[in-house]
Amino acid sequence: MPKKLVLERPKGFYEKFERKPGDKSNTHYCPGCGHGVIHKLIAEAIEDLGIQDRVIMVSPVGCSVFVYYYFKTGNIQVAHGRAPAVATALKRANPKAIVVSYQGDGDLAAIGGNNILQAANRGEHITVFFVNNAIYGMTGGQMAPTTLPGMKTTTTPYGRDEDNEGPPMKVSELLATLDGPTYIERTAVWDNKSIAKTRMAIRKALQCQMDGKGFSMVETLAACPSGWKVDPKNQYEWMLENMQPFFPLGVKKDIRDERESWHRTPRDNSAEEVSEALDLNVPDPKLFPSEYKKDSYRNPSIKLAGFGGQGILSAGAMLANSAMEQGYHSSWIPSYGPEMRGGTAYCFVNISDQEIGSPTVSHPDVLMAFNRPSLEKFEADVKTGGLLMYDSTIIDVEPTRTDIEVLAVPATKIADGLGNTRMANTVMTGAYLAQTGILSREAMEQTIPKALKRKNLVDANYLALKAGMEFVENQ
Amino acid sequence: MSKILEEAITVVSPEHCKGCGLCVISCPQDVLFQIDGFNSKGYHPADYTGEGCTGCGMCFYACPEPAAITVYKKGAEHDAA
Repeated sequence: MPKKLVLERPKGFYEKFERKPGDKSNTHYCPGCGHGVIHKLIAEAIEDLGIQDRVIMVSPVGCSVFVYYYFKTGNIQVAHGRAPAVATALKRANPKAIVVSYQGDGDLAAIGGNNILQAANRGEHITVFFVNNAIYGMTGGQMAPTTLPGMKTTTTPYGRDEDNEGPPMKVSELLATLDGPTYIERTAVWDNKSIAKTRMAIRKALQCQMDGKGFSMVETLAACPSGWKVDPKNQYEWMLENMQPFFPLGVKKDIRDERESWHRTPRDNSAEEVSEALDLNVPDPKLFPSEYKKDSYRNPSIKLAGFGGQGILSAGAMLANSAMEQGYHSSWIPSYGPEMRGGTAYCFVNISDQEIGSPTVSHPDVLMAFNRPSLEKFEADVKTGGLLMYDSTIIDVEPTRTDIEVLAVPATKIADGLGNTRMANTVMTGAYLAQTGILSREAMEQTIPKALKRKNLVDANYLALKAGMEFVENQ
Repeated sequence: MSKILEEAITVVSPEHCKGCGLCVISCPQDVLFQIDGFNSKGYHPADYTGEGCTGCGMCFYACPEPAAITVYKKGAEHDAA
């Protein structure tokens, strides 16, 4: 790199900071803030390494929330502490991008503690710049996990008591114990020498990612003169006296030379592999109906709702699975309380001859209500022209909508007649098949043995399916 | 007219300076100071005494503001020199 004759505003910054009207050239940071120094070092490194068009900065929550107003790179701002998770996704979706997670100590060590731990452990190909100023700055100077023993903050007015709040968390040492990370160093910005070392560490960390060597992190001890209530002119002395004893500087892990350059290749499963894993026999050609009894029956979004224990989730799963057996796209999402029986249980099923965008269903084409609360709660959500099926054995009220098709199925009574009231779900499924014709009885019969854990119930469920279908056919 | 500098200089942009004084502390030559007057935000901005800068750049890296300090080393082109 040719020696620069002029040290000036790095090109890694925007020419204008469009954060607010008026002053567009200053940062929002307090006088003396460590963030500004670290920003400058990163912006300069981005320029010098020639990676400006590849960098995606992930802004945290905290004082540095506005990172995206400053760096002339790709930018995204994320929920508190979740920067490593979003950075993971960005990197995996764009392996050529240089993804940088910029986080403070409240964000990284407290709220996002597990996020950074897991991302580091996975050896994600991201670079984390962790700014540790031992305090929550933006919210008004509260104790962070990194707050020093005896340090007064708004939430430790008598000083952090190690007996009560524990000692400061040494994140770099902690992460360095993991096998995943490649390069971890703690630096500081408390004198010229430490700033020069930070400058080099930032470059090493970015280079680590550029070389495909995996997770890199630089923890930098930085000043928060406002939070500490220290005059910026005295902040270096304060840091050397108070921070240095607890946060030893230096390289905590560096296996860049030992590690081969590697890249994650996302597993792209073929349709055949998916079918094999799910024990599916996807037919070719697909077994869609040649015509639909009603246009509204095509590509349904279905909501099944009832008590836990009524087989709501398994009926939904059987619908979704038998749809796949016929070549449809399908999705199934359960939603249930912690009770195995007696709580509420819903599930959402989509069946479509097109790829499915969202698996959630807020306004179903088909509602299958298995108890009264579900009917009363969800009747209003059914789309106009949609289908409402309900178990008329145990629901003692009738639907009131007149703009939808209503089908009362005495499913529990029919199941009881077959010897097991718990097959009401299969009866209802059979009724749905007969009513709409979008799924075949054969596909459902292939699915039932796979769905039932108790194989002695398979034949009984075939009968329940048949009985549900016959109930509709004989109407 | 720009010309090639025979000696390094440090230029402080007074409106960008927040008066934290870190550049003054960082300067090995002790050639930076804060003025008694104020900028429009009420800070005492830093300034260069005009003599003795070696172009080491310590102040540039110590300064938290992107545009407050520019260091022109010996041999650089500069308009106002």
